[in-house]
Amino acid sequence: MNANRPWWRPDGFTVYAVIYLTFIYLPVLFLPLFSFNKSKYIAFPLKGFTLQWYQKMINTPDLLEALMNSVKVGVAVAILSTMFGLLAAKAVTRYRIPGRGAVMGFIMVPLVIPGIILAISLLILISQLDIPLSLWTVGFAHMLLCTPFAMLVLISRMEGFDRCLEEAALDLGENAWMTFWRVTFPIVLPGIVASLLLTFTISFDEFVLAFFLTSTDPTLPIYIWSSLRFPTKIPAVLALGASIFVISFFVVAFAEWFRRRGVKTDSTSGF
Amino acid sequence: MSDAIISFQGVSKHFGSVKAVEDASFDIQRGEFFSLLGPSGCGKTTLLRMVAGFEIPSAGEIMIDGQPMSATPPNHRPVNMVFQNYAIFPHLDVRNNIAFGMRKAGLTRAELDKRIDEALELIKLPGYGKRGAEELSGGQRQRVALARALIKQPKVLLLDEPLGALDKKLREQMQIELRQLQQQIGITFLFVTHDQEEALTLSDRIAVMSEGAVIEIASPAQLYESPGSRFVADFIGSMNFFEGEVTSSTGNTMTVQTGALGTVSVSDSRAQMTSGQKAWVAIRPEKMQPVFSDPGTGINTVTGTMGPSAYLGDRSHFYVHLPQREEPALVALQNLERSMNHLHKPNQTVWLQWTSDAVVVLPRD
Ligand SMILES: Nc1ncnc2c1ncn2[C@@H]1O[C@H](COP(=O)(O)OP(=O)(O)OP(=O)(O)O)[C@@H](O)[C@H]1O
Ligand SMILES: [Mg+2]
Repeated sequence: MNANRPWWRPDGFTVYAVIYLTFIYLPVLFLPLFSFNKSKYIAFPLKGFTLQWYQKMINTPDLLEALMNSVKVGVAVAILSTMFGLLAAKAVTRYRIPGRGAVMGFIMVPLVIPGIILAISLLILISQLDIPLSLWTVGFAHMLLCTPFAMLVLISRMEGFDRCLEEAALDLGENAWMTFWRVTFPIVLPGIVASLLLTFTISFDEFVLAFFLTSTDPTLPIYIWSSLRFPTKIPAVLALGASIFVISFFVVAFAEWFRRRGVKTDSTSGF
Repeated sequence: MSDAIISFQGVSKHFGSVKAVEDASFDIQRGEFFSLLGPSGCGKTTLLRMVAGFEIPSAGEIMIDGQPMSATPPNHRPVNMVFQNYAIFPHLDVRNNIAFGMRKAGLTRAELDKRIDEALELIKLPGYGKRGAEELSGGQRQRVALARALIKQPKVLLLDEPLGALDKKLREQMQIELRQLQQQIGITFLFVTHDQEEALTLSDRIAVMSEGAVIEIASPAQLYESPGSRFVADFIGSMNFFEGEVTSSTGNTMTVQTGALGTVSVSDSRAQMTSGQKAWVAIRPEKMQPVFSDPGTGINTVTGTMGPSAYLGDRSHFYVHLPQREEPALVALQNLERSMNHLHKPNQTVWLQWTSDAVVVLPRD
């Protein structure tokens, strides 16, 4: 940007950037705005400030249960898919596997299959096997979806990892297990955190798979979607949305801080 | 048994069809600075990694201090390694890098701190303990890697081209420090390098390797002054080779008939050869003395004409064309004076002289 330009006469790029950011963030900001609005209709003009929707949110067991369902599935999926991703990334970057390209391609396929196709095929498979639909089936589907993401994040982290570091730890008297905990894990940790956050987020707001594969326990996106038919439920959903927005803001900020810290400590070893 | 700290007994290592190390059998003495020297890909690193335990020999046994090592994993071997890229742990500071291997040493916090301080003192980095790995220069990382290995008080310190990544000045300084350090602490060093000058500077003994085989083991002076084979003579320093045939041999004095140098007499030859055997006569460039006016004697003298020359600062190299030899002979001359008029007269006649002590005779096949 031209530094000599007075702020009241911005150049084209500035205007573009401002419009762009407004389009992206303005709708998101409506969420907290209307969550404090007295009227139960989402429309201007605003009617006054209230916290009742937050109260109502806390007093809606269905909603809280849906939230808990999503958190449970999300946490389990994040941990498991990150673990699988870690093992796969280690295998891919450490050992010469015959047909490595094919294996990689196979694992990455869920990334490019349209969600609806994946959902239908899983539904067919699961009903063929006579497995009852539940949060377990949702979790299973989400793991299928999330593992490739975890792998991508972790492979890029592991690829820069110097093999000699593990040998050095071994040479200095540590066994394979302690070598992992004292060397490999701390160095790969920022990647693990990134993978956990990413996979949790993907699972947390995934709709299509959850819609097809859940039974009586809805996840949060399903609950929100079904609430849209009942206008009275909407303000509480807004309050929940606003709360999640604030929480995720802090989580992302923390993750970014953590990532930067990681980048700083290994800037010399070629990451 | 002698005082061998490491004993290689018929050690081989094959990677598929690649014979990285082939039937190595030799001993390294306690307290020695021992180097493995050879061209790239000759198996030096592989041999070193077998001592550390990162590679398992395909055949043979490595003994460390009398103990067979084939069943001992790397973390239980009484040796430590300085890696070529130093492998400093990026997530730990200098102190914690040095302390890494001391977890099971059973020291109190205070004892450990004292040991680390001593180690930092030893590598001349006192006060650097809190530095992160990324805040160190190449030479400093190298020292930290040294301290981290030495604090474990290994029976043998393994070093894989530890000076390769440093610039020339720093490398020369580190060579001196490394040698002093080794003499000070008295630990056996097994040092890998492809730099022959470095090996000559540092080592008590050098094993010259080629294509997986150990060709010769000797002191630096012996390798340079009386190498045992044409490969070693050629690999270490530069050498002029002249084809010839032994005409007489009495005791350790020989005469060899060559095309380019005429009859050459050799004293104190390491190779004992008999009359009629094919031979190489080998003379180092600095041992052929150029004379620019006819010395009048035909003994140990050859006449040639000046070819291209190169000025190297402390010395000059020039090529002398000899009759009956396609390749010109390389002659090195110390630049004792600042004027070097002799270098700038190509096609000038020059007489090369040597003493019979300067000549090495090697079998030729
Ligand atoms: N893990 C391995 N798998 C297959 N071949 C290997 C392996 N390690 C080494 N080799 C081969 O063994 C031979 C010796 O390798 P080595 O690394 O010991 O050589 P070096 O003398 O250390 O060479 P440099 O000076 O280049 O480091 C080479 O031909 C190399 O390609
Ligand atoms: Mg090597």
